[in-house]
Amino acid sequence: MSVLTPLDRPNSYIGRSVPRPNAKRLLAGRGRYVTDITLPRMLHVAYVRSPYAHARILSIDTQTAREMPGVRLIATGEDLAKLCTPWVGTMDHFKGMKSPPQLPLPVDKVVWSGQAVVAVVADTRALAEDAAEAVYIAFDELPAVVDIDAARAPDAPVISPELGSNLCFHGKIDTGGVEDVFAGAAHVVEEEFHFGRHTAVTMEPRAIIADYDASEGQLTVHHATQTPYQFQDIYARHYGLPESRVRVIAPDIGGSFGMKLHMYHEDMAVIGLSMMLGRPVKYVADRIESFVSDIHARDHRVRARMAADAEGNILAMDVEDVTGIGAFSAYPRTSVVEGNQVYRLMGAPYTFRNYRADLQVVFQNKVQMSQYRAVGHPVACTVTERLVDMIADKTAQDVFDIRSRNMIADDAYPCTSPTGYQFEALSHHACLARLKAMMGYERLRAEQAELRTKGIHRGIGIATFVEITNPGPAFYGVGGARISSQDGAIVKITPSGDVHCSISVTELGQGTETIIGQIVAEHLGVDSNRIKVMTGDTDTTPHGGATYACRGAGIGGETALQAAKKLKANVLAVAAAILQDEPEKLDIHSGWIVDAATAQQRMELSEIARIAYFRSDTLPPGTQAQLSVAHHYAPQGYPFAFTNGVQACHLELDVETGLVKILKLWVVEDCGRVINPLLVDEQIRGGVVQGLGAAFFEECVYGDNGQLTNGSLADYLVPMAVEMPDIEIGHVETPTLDTQLGAKGVGEAGTAAASAAALNAMNDAMKPFGGTVAQVPMTPARILKALGHI
Amino acid sequence: MNDLVHVTMTVNGTEVSHSIAPRITLADFLRQTLELTGTHAGCEMGVCGACLVILDGRVVHSCLTFAVQASGAAIETVEGLSERTAIADLQEAFHQRNALQCGFCTPGMLMTAHALLSQPGVPSREEIRDALSGNYCRCTGYEAIVDAIEKVARDRDAGVIAQASEEVSA
Repeated sequence: MSVLTPLDRPNSYIGRSVPRPNAKRLLAGRGRYVTDITLPRMLHVAYVRSPYAHARILSIDTQTAREMPGVRLIATGEDLAKLCTPWVGTMDHFKGMKSPPQLPLPVDKVVWSGQAVVAVVADTRALAEDAAEAVYIAFDELPAVVDIDAARAPDAPVISPELGSNLCFHGKIDTGGVEDVFAGAAHVVEEEFHFGRHTAVTMEPRAIIADYDASEGQLTVHHATQTPYQFQDIYARHYGLPESRVRVIAPDIGGSFGMKLHMYHEDMAVIGLSMMLGRPVKYVADRIESFVSDIHARDHRVRARMAADAEGNILAMDVEDVTGIGAFSAYPRTSVVEGNQVYRLMGAPYTFRNYRADLQVVFQNKVQMSQYRAVGHPVACTVTERLVDMIADKTAQDVFDIRSRNMIADDAYPCTSPTGYQFEALSHHACLARLKAMMGYERLRAEQAELRTKGIHRGIGIATFVEITNPGPAFYGVGGARISSQDGAIVKITPSGDVHCSISVTELGQGTETIIGQIVAEHLGVDSNRIKVMTGDTDTTPHGGATYACRGAGIGGETALQAAKKLKANVLAVAAAILQDEPEKLDIHSGWIVDAATAQQRMELSEIARIAYFRSDTLPPGTQAQLSVAHHYAPQGYPFAFTNGVQACHLELDVETGLVKILKLWVVEDCGRVINPLLVDEQIRGGVVQGLGAAFFEECVYGDNGQLTNGSLADYLVPMAVEMPDIEIGHVETPTLDTQLGAKGVGEAGTAAASAAALNAMNDAMKPFGGTVAQVPMTPARILKALGHI
Repeated sequence: MNDLVHVTMTVNGTEVSHSIAPRITLADFLRQTLELTGTHAGCEMGVCGACLVILDGRVVHSCLTFAVQASGAAIETVEGLSERTAIADLQEAFHQRNALQCGFCTPGMLMTAHALLSQPGVPSREEIRDALSGNYCRCTGYEAIVDAIEKVARDRDAGVIAQASEEVSA
């Protein structure tokens, strides 16, 4: 018998680059997104939006609009408040957190420019927009609270007077002894960082169709969302419907990145509009609506300092983060999670023990800021990694050496961060060494020095990161949010011996269905092309947290693995009864029951299924063949599966124009067991590009009066192919021992550190000129300012 | 505004006639009237490229074209190119290379790739990236898309895959 690698075993799919079966449909233009769906008697809604960032609603005149062609209903905040109970975006475990109650449409006041005020439902979207223009709203404009420092000022206008101030949450972490460490440190570096607001810009905007059937009290919602179960709960509770009568279907989703798991006012209103009309009502945000009503991300002003001894050993960090979240906290996940992750992830890769941080989350008259891909990670990573580079400068050390000196040793696990995060096993040193080799670091440095003499200014920046994945019940559930920490799978064998698998983790294009198919195929012992995976329908798939915070492989995949094993045991029990053998002596390979010892084929799986379904009379008395299993899994052990990695950015700066050419990105990351290298690598690349967008291009720019001034794709810059570099990826694999599968998450890894690596590379390129930059996006104007040219 | 006008055009080889409002864009006409939902609307201002279709041999933004402007023209969408297997090699290369995630931008990407590869010669990676400068993708890092297009360009040049000799200009 020849020596086989793990991938040579029958049905060995884990670790293999398998293309996604469902991608063929999308490539043929046969995707079915919510934007594509048309239901019989469906109506369309357009919203009249506030032109002011902060104003009282004095009166609403809909008379003219009601008489316009095709108009079926015009609804105000008061109309919807009769059906829908208010919601409050707080969680109990953030002590002292506060946020005002919200309704689908406001009743007396608007709090950001672009807030939907009146809903106009008509036969077509165009007719609804025509009538929306004829709605007259009288506003009394109030002072807008825009800047985060102005919002905290003692005399600032309070956006929600009932809360007493514009402070949503104030958090502190202090291990003690920080002042003394700083006083006695050989080196102290300090910087003030600014992180602009940016937004997800999913290619498919938010889209929803609510279809309420009064005859059976059934609400069906076709919703472009990552988390259908969460919305089933929300729609049922706030509209007083039995949960079993609310069905949320998430078909193909045209991009999400965390943006499509928050509650949006227009979406909530659509439910009520359909209930009022008894007809399906569709809402699709246009691009301008997306810019003014999708969540924005980041928006932090961080002052931070780091202390080190004479050799460059990091001793302590002291951080003050102020983050602006808009006029209320998002629901149901709150807008504090971002700041919470920022101030808990600071310094995560390093060994120091003294840490002090202050987090202030403030309200302002802007659209809600909340979770977006790599929540908090880029902010914590950029601040930490820039300060580490500054220590390197102070102590005249190489950027790799300073990190090697300070990173937690690969054999020091398990251990805990000063902020309380428990690390099971990370691999910073292995990743750093791998990256250095991959990028040919010494050669790049030599080239950089040589080119500088010719007036060509290149920069090399590296950034080490820790990523939070696979959150357990201590993440949302502990705060009272009804967001499942477990996921489910129902795996069944059809009478032909095919396998049908319905799962609660959702497919967003990242390949969930594919990897679940790989896992089930391998552990059940069938060919992957005989497996069909279904996602995204609360009526036909088991309840679960679905896809957020990198849970797909680590939690969804583990669920599927355990389900497949359970089903396999059932199949072997039936097979043993038929074959009059011991179940332990049998196995399944490629859809055949085989002798476990010899792999000799005994009987086809399809024959078991045929007998079980059609000729159960031939089975021994008492045999009930269970060819469907339902299985749920919730993470236990560590509260999160932390992953880690390191990125490097190589860029060229034109010091005359401030324009930057990004030459190359390298990423080495450790997401534990890699199930499908093709999909993992593309997740990382996509994430890197979103991080580079934040670093160089993307910013939601507001005027002093709270108007978003660049709310279109002509004004808001998204990274394009021609501006993006090739991205080389390497892996280190440290499987988590908390699961049989060993997989952790990878979706945030690219975004987590790309902007930090880019910022360090920029400062490296600017070194000969003495300027520094500590703000993203690093626009040409900001770079020229840092260089002293403007 | 709501007086209907009659339009007749050939879409994916079939003549269609409809009475529509003059303000209907070609994108909405294809998507809503003809139910050809492969063409997508991402920005509705000619920036993102999700709505690209071929109009009389030229790749155009269907969101910036009124359906009445296309009356009398021959339109081809991703469905038409798929059905007559004109882009089968591109689709296969995209599939193998995972050059798509959510797939929303993909029909537009395929249009641009189809137009680019209908020109003589083998484009460099830089030229491919440049050609894609009217197509936004938010999921991939673009690299896989460039890889897939580059592979097809080389394969076609090497005669690995026979292609229809058709000219499409970007």
